[in-house]
Amino acid sequence: MLYKNPYNNYFDYVVQRDLDKCIRCKACVAQCSYGANFYDADRDVIYSTDANCVGCMRCSTFCPTDCIRIVRNPDTFRPNANWKDNNMKDLYKQAGTGGIIITGMGNDKPYTNYWEHMVIDACQVTNPSIDPLREPMELRTFLGRKPDRIEIDKKGDMTTKLAPQLVLETPIMFSAMSYGSINYNVCESVARAAKELGTYWNTGEGGLPKTLYQYGERTIVQCASGRFGVSPEYLGAGAAIEIKIGQGAKPGIGGHLPGEKVLEGISETRMIPVGTDAISPAPHHDIYSIEDLKQLIYALKEATHYEKPVSVKIAAVHNVAAIASGIARAGADIIAIDGFRGGTGAAPKAIRDNVGIPIEVAIAAVDERLRQEGIRNAVSLVAAGGFRSSSDVIKAIALGADAVYIATSALMSLGCTLCQQCHRGRCAWGITTNDPELAKRVNPEIGAERLVNLIQAWSNEIKEMLGLMGINCIESLKGNRDRLRGVGLSEVELTALGIQQAGM
Amino acid sequence: MKVVYPREQWCVACNLCEVACMTEHSKTKDPLKAYRTEKPRPVSRTRVEYRPPLAISIMCRHCAEAECVEACKNGSLTRNEVTGRIELDQDKCLGCWMCIMACPYGAIGQVTRPVGQEERRVANKCDLCPDREVPACVSACPNRALVFEDRG
Repeated sequence: MLYKNPYNNYFDYVVQRDLDKCIRCKACVAQCSYGANFYDADRDVIYSTDANCVGCMRCSTFCPTDCIRIVRNPDTFRPNANWKDNNMKDLYKQAGTGGIIITGMGNDKPYTNYWEHMVIDACQVTNPSIDPLREPMELRTFLGRKPDRIEIDKKGDMTTKLAPQLVLETPIMFSAMSYGSINYNVCESVARAAKELGTYWNTGEGGLPKTLYQYGERTIVQCASGRFGVSPEYLGAGAAIEIKIGQGAKPGIGGHLPGEKVLEGISETRMIPVGTDAISPAPHHDIYSIEDLKQLIYALKEATHYEKPVSVKIAAVHNVAAIASGIARAGADIIAIDGFRGGTGAAPKAIRDNVGIPIEVAIAAVDERLRQEGIRNAVSLVAAGGFRSSSDVIKAIALGADAVYIATSALMSLGCTLCQQCHRGRCAWGITTNDPELAKRVNPEIGAERLVNLIQAWSNEIKEMLGLMGINCIESLKGNRDRLRGVGLSEVELTALGIQQAGM
Repeated sequence: MKVVYPREQWCVACNLCEVACMTEHSKTKDPLKAYRTEKPRPVSRTRVEYRPPLAISIMCRHCAEAECVEACKNGSLTRNEVTGRIELDQDKCLGCWMCIMACPYGAIGQVTRPVGQEERRVANKCDLCPDREVPACVSACPNRALVFEDRG
């Protein structure tokens, strides 16, 4: 193409337009935020610059005559099992720019997905299943430290003082996404949905805009290595505080919000100047050991009068079980573990696709280790990173999680099509952009409704699955790995997951 | 009385309200045929004003004190006392454009209309889709930037 470097001109998608069906309404032109579609007034025709297309499908879903198809670019390199298309295209890009390749969302490589290799048990003949439409089914979940023992007085009242707890009506929470990485309308959609559902949303490391303080009782406020937006009011506003040590999409590195996305509201909330990059340090510079972590946990507890549970979020890495044990002993009430399929607004592609471990094995390892050490009751475990359906959630709980965090799925219910362009700040679906023209594409009224629908649908499915297992309370499934069996896994994998082979 | 209210903060300038309006006011009720084969081509009665980041779809407000009705010199524009809607009789309209001059919202447009053997330019404005429960533009809006409400 004219004026383009030929080495850097291998693009992924082609916008096919049936000109016989096109009515020149220009919906596709206005909706494309990447400049792929344009109207040529001289010839009264709409054309596309295919090289600009990111495959987000915004135009094809808006076309009133369905005349647009987004297809993979049929240009084919000579097939090579070692050098796949994406290896080659990335290499050409880097040879052209000398830069680190940045991308968005979660790991998209075809690693084994263990959820797809686990099946759920059901009752037949000898033990009755339960019909959730006719009998009560309990999904209420409490997150926080549980006492080693409880004492009751002569009247039967409990005298043991319980640690602060989060109360969830369904074991699904919205995971950390910062104001800035997503825009205000998306934050408001998620916050409203969390309130309506009786679950929690998480501010991520971007602080909490003053106008969202009204959702505080359903908010987990995060305190990350950059300390953006952290103030006494902020800590006091949430129902719980989360210390972010790591993120599944980019374990070992800090968050990075490009300066272009730091507009006025974000600047005020993060307490940084407009237009400056918000770069979180890779480690917390005051945490180099479990003892240091303990200091921060207790500093936060002290600051909030021991009224709120403190969570510590880590990425799932090789030694996750030992790390989680340390965190539990450091005084955390909740440990959130983010697997390597977890999403991000921006991460180096090499890191997103190659660092960390799957959440399935991490949850199994941590739950097992904490049980062995007799401290499983001291913390609640929250699993995160790539939950796609209610069956993934229920399997995670059977493996030992108390609840799960979802974020990618939540954004998908707002329109996200996983085009992985979050880092560019031009999201055509109006999610990971702060451009006011694009951000208005998410109407929180509709957004909150769709999120509520999604979680209600999943919760109903979870109830159905609990019923067929003969369980009427989600608590009874927690860590109940006997209700899971592995299919198509090696013996080592079955051992890592702590489950048996199907048929045994 | 229920009318269509645009909500500027949610308009994404997709123009689907215009496509829906054009289709609803076509003979075939099919966007493709309405655009391609119908002569004269139907014209949308709402218009998306787009000055990024601002966007808003504007159509007749069915004002309580309608300037257009005052301005119309042969009674083509009248208020329906039963429904409260401002109605335009295009067969009667002479195309003097006084209503266009008078409308404070710029919500009245023009359309070519066959009259006997000839074609004539006449005024064109939102009729709140009398054949539909909810106007076409409201049904087509993907972001609830148009709502059909009675705000008293």
